Amino acid sequence: MTATGIGAPVKRKEDQRFITGKGQYTDDINRPGQAYAVFVRSPHAHASLKNIDLSAALKSPGCLGAFTGADLAADKVGTLICGWMIHSKDGSPMKAGAHPALAQGKVRYVGDHVAVVIGETLNAAKDAAEKVSVDYEPLAAVTDLASAQNAGQPQIHAEAAENTVYQWHLGDKAAVAAAFAGAKHVTKIDLINNRLIPNAIEPRAAIGEYDAGNDSLTLYTTSQNPHVTRLVLAAFIGLAPEHKLRVIAPDVGGGFGSKIFIYAEETVCLWAARKIGRPVKWTGDRSEAFLADAHGRDHATHAELAVDANGKILALRASTKANLGGYLSTFASSVPTYLYAPLLSGQYDIPAIYCEVDGVHTNTAPVDAYRGAGRPEATFVVERLVEVAARQIGMDPAEFRRQNFIKSFPHQTPVIMMYDAGDYEACLNKALELADYEGLGARKAESAKKGLKRGLGFSAYIEACGIAPSQAVGSLGAGVGLWESAEVRVNPTGSVEVLTGSHSHGQGHETTFAQLVSQRLGIPIEQITIVHGDTDKVQFGMGTYGSRSGAVGMSAIFRAIDKVIVKAKKVAGFVLEVPEDSVDFNDGIFSSKATNKTLTFPEVALQAYIAHKFTGAQLEPGLKEGAFFDPTNFTFPSGVHICELEIDPATGATRIDRWTAVDDFGTLVNPMIVEGQVHGGIVQGVGQALLEGAVYNKDGQLVTASFMDYTMPRASDVPSFKVAMTSTPCPSNPLGIKGCGEAGAIAAPAAVINAITDALGHEGVAMPATPQAVWRAANTSMQKLAAE
Amino acid sequence: MYAFDYHRPSSVAEAARLLASSQEGKLLAGGHTLLPTMKLRLAGPKNLIDLGRISELRGIERKGGDLIIGAMETHDAVARSPVVQGAIRGLAELATHIGDQHVRHRGTIGGSLANNDPAADYPAAVLALNATVVTNKRQIKADDFFKGLFATALGADEIVTRIAFPIASKFAYAKFANPASRYALVGVAVAQPPSGVRVAVTGASASGVYRASDMEAALAKGWSAQSLDGLAGDAAKMMSDIHADAQYRAHLVGVMARRAVTASGP
Amino acid sequence: MFSLFRKGKKPAEPAPASHTAAAPAAAAGTDPTTTAPGARVVKINVTVNGKPASAEIDARTLLVQFLRENLRLTGTHVGCDTSQCGACVVHLDGRAVKSCTTLAASCDGATVVTIEGLAQAGKLHPMQEAFREHHGLQCGFCTPGMIMAAVDIVARRGGRLSEEVVRADLEGNICRCTGYHNIVAAVLAGAAAMSGSGAAKPQAAE
Repeated sequence: MTATGIGAPVKRKEDQRFITGKGQYTDDINRPGQAYAVFVRSPHAHASLKNIDLSAALKSPGCLGAFTGADLAADKVGTLICGWMIHSKDGSPMKAGAHPALAQGKVRYVGDHVAVVIGETLNAAKDAAEKVSVDYEPLAAVTDLASAQNAGQPQIHAEAAENTVYQWHLGDKAAVAAAFAGAKHVTKIDLINNRLIPNAIEPRAAIGEYDAGNDSLTLYTTSQNPHVTRLVLAAFIGLAPEHKLRVIAPDVGGGFGSKIFIYAEETVCLWAARKIGRPVKWTGDRSEAFLADAHGRDHATHAELAVDANGKILALRASTKANLGGYLSTFASSVPTYLYAPLLSGQYDIPAIYCEVDGVHTNTAPVDAYRGAGRPEATFVVERLVEVAARQIGMDPAEFRRQNFIKSFPHQTPVIMMYDAGDYEACLNKALELADYEGLGARKAESAKKGLKRGLGFSAYIEACGIAPSQAVGSLGAGVGLWESAEVRVNPTGSVEVLTGSHSHGQGHETTFAQLVSQRLGIPIEQITIVHGDTDKVQFGMGTYGSRSGAVGMSAIFRAIDKVIVKAKKVAGFVLEVPEDSVDFNDGIFSSKATNKTLTFPEVALQAYIAHKFTGAQLEPGLKEGAFFDPTNFTFPSGVHICELEIDPATGATRIDRWTAVDDFGTLVNPMIVEGQVHGGIVQGVGQALLEGAVYNKDGQLVTASFMDYTMPRASDVPSFKVAMTSTPCPSNPLGIKGCGEAGAIAAPAAVINAITDALGHEGVAMPATPQAVWRAANTSMQKLAAE
Repeated sequence: MYAFDYHRPSSVAEAARLLASSQEGKLLAGGHTLLPTMKLRLAGPKNLIDLGRISELRGIERKGGDLIIGAMETHDAVARSPVVQGAIRGLAELATHIGDQHVRHRGTIGGSLANNDPAADYPAAVLALNATVVTNKRQIKADDFFKGLFATALGADEIVTRIAFPIASKFAYAKFANPASRYALVGVAVAQPPSGVRVAVTGASASGVYRASDMEAALAKGWSAQSLDGLAGDAAKMMSDIHADAQYRAHLVGVMARRAVTASGP
Repeated sequence: MFSLFRKGKKPAEPAPASHTAAAPAAAAGTDPTTTAPGARVVKINVTVNGKPASAEIDARTLLVQFLRENLRLTGTHVGCDTSQCGACVVHLDGRAVKSCTTLAASCDGATVVTIEGLAQAGKLHPMQEAFREHHGLQCGFCTPGMIMAAVDIVARRGGRLSEEVVRADLEGNICRCTGYHNIVAAVLAGAAAMSGSGAAKPQAAE
């Protein structure tokens, strides 16, 4: 490990601009002649659009234009897409209704896009938007997931009978039934995985710009994957051919999934820019983000675990209803299916697993991937089941887990996944030690003296990151490949620019990717620039989500560097006048046994460009290589998180006292950044478990529509964390990286709820375990104890 | 925001004149309720009268048996004032729990009282301490000032100038914060001003801040948390929302009252 | 325009009232020509990051809009519309405030320091250094407000801080990326560095 190479806690290169206020986020950009877009949004959860009268708005001072879905349709603008085809049990394709960028005929959730108004100023646009007169015919709405499929419920999309998009399943139902029939013990639970609102602190924003001279469009947007945005806007929505459309995702203020998707707002800004001949900017406010950013989670699940007389898990089955909201968002269909059920084996050797999932429409905001995307939902099912089963059969929860851990690799689960590497006991042992599990009893007694209830909860999670290989995900219905690209451009002076299809919005790629280059080419990290987020610079890429940028994105860079080194050795051979295959390259120095002369990397770079030592027939000048990397498997990060907390039964207030996380992410590129990712993930998971939850009333109004009612985790809600690592390198990429971006959010909810239920002595508390919910649950247990 | 005319008077008299004469005029104190409401276009005053430069609305002093706080003193100023800390320590403590630090740097006691948010903290202190709200026209006793949700006894062109708190031998405030907004889900102030034991509850009731007479009677008999055992709010009169239903709020009133008494010292 | 607060009366709902809780009926029938002078366009003079700035602005311009749009100081961000997230925190006359909830017109004559004004002569402020050193930021969007809040904590409390105090005092700043762990570490370290350099005396942080 060098000071700036793989494994070094290098301080981040990008921080200089962020700590001095020089970041360049989409809303910081203004284009000459820019106008402002405001969206007229539906106040109804479900209504027919009888008429939209724009005349008063168009007369409003400073109004430059006002448009509806009819205008988009007249221009043959395509509808928003869902890019993952799911087939139901009966083989039929999912029932996807149209998702127009501006509503046509009907609105399907509060916040749905009815019209856009463009103004000279933001205030002019807002004034005009208030003058848009919409004649709604309200329809009965359905927001309740449990009953949305019942006969007689309002029909949201004509295509999806009984609001059912698909009825999907995975696993061997008969084998599972047989295992349950022979089980000594069966644990049954019902779980709600609460709906979350992502709330990246930077709201979404977009600027569309049309260049009439070149008949080309540029979109500045808050995106995690600008190339996919361009592909969809070009190939499916049809706003411009791909080569006439540039998408720039500059600094992006957090994503967590919510900025993967292709939304109505950027589509409309881009279209309107051509329509009015001026750049059109939209910056979402937080209230719009609450209503119309894709939400996350929202599952209702019944799950069962079969255990034999020796405490060995025999089988697991789960039946899940997944709320997909009013429309299918970009990757919505995949989240509760292929990103969920294949993780239901957890870290355990479970011979038989069966899962069925209904994808259901309701009159609520669309639901799509949010940090973890399916895997937190799976982990919550597995880790709650395992915890409850251990308690019911009277085994220590840690020992019950240990006994059922998968212990040899590779391991084929009954639900698609082939786990490639791991050491689950090592994580558990380290976590037990760091958490002082032995001392728990004494700490519980101390808390009891203060009238507080102390509990400890485990979560032994597994996740699948770096979704791949492309051929495999294609066979499961994905509309795209999931490789990544990289181009390594060596300049004549030996400095390097890396163009990557990954996108950084907090992950620190400008540092970690440079560490890889620094180590492999032996050049200082200051000599390396990472370029991302601009389709005119980077040829193509799949973007950043699913903890894939290390395992897939950096692997592409690794492969491109391989090629650079091969070429550079050829150059060095000519310069050193030795056979190419005698050239060695180590720590930035080219040498050969055939000579005592050496060359530095910059010297070879210069020789590659001046091309004085070889002819064009012998070798092409220049030093620039690209690679596309498609992994051979998912990666499987895993770990054990332990949450210990205290409950005040008088108020229901829960205070997390200590948190221990031991994770196996394989190779760590930058441990400082990895730990930061773990911290952030834990708090998003704690937020889900204790604080956050989107609430719609029965009329479809979002009750939690601002930070006044939607509880965001704050500094005082959490403690500092004890984070440690173990490592079993991943065999399916050259660096051994597994991915760390989502682990905390996946692990945390079950750890918190297992701790609360441990403290309370019963299982009757759901997420979010707010003070009110915990107080009520604590009260229940006291009454129950009194009755006994 | 809708457009408005901005005024910045330098005296209370001028502010009152502006308020009386301007069309749809509103006073701007700290602005931490009004400006967000205007940003969301839920309010659109035609004239905005900024009280920020009126020196006669400032000042914290101890005068006779009273602690006098100018209406435009910020929550932070109250929290940090040695005068407040010396006179009614619990009031300074209460101010440290209003909003967050940045809000406390702008939000004012006068603005908070005039707004009378049913979950605000100050109304509980004013009511429990039997304070007097002084305006440009008159003095209003706390018992007469609060008139339900967001309603007060203030007239249309009346401006709060200062608040006079009788110095109490005991005062403490216990708050259980709404986890999202950090307003009071339930806040209970207990006090022994010269006029006798008083208990005021904010955040809980559907009709705003109120005095808990049963608790006052119990504490008058004996100032201890145990005196309040078995007492709580009346669930039939409590607010209900996603954070706390009426039953939970009623329960918390009892818990917070006992904690406030404990915090008030022996 | 639909209300964002549809579900009945909630206690925390912004109310359409400031000091005048009753409807401003007094204005009815008043001849607007007798109204004392007020203005839709206001001229302000402020000192921002040590430099004087004057502008004629729409009266409804918020301080954050004035900074971002008039002065092109885009380091100050907007992350919410209910005065909670703290991405917009700047120092107004030496105190941390939410610039999204302050009218620029109210700031006439005031001194404002933004994230862009913290580093002096090309040298980072110790709190900026601490955020980098302790990985106290990820996406960077909340960071300017977080750093300005942190400097304010030290200005008010001095450099010897506990973790508990830092966490409590950061209530007005929301971060979605870091889980606060490294922010707290950075603030503690930055505070120590500020006091070490003698810069942490109350109200003397700038």
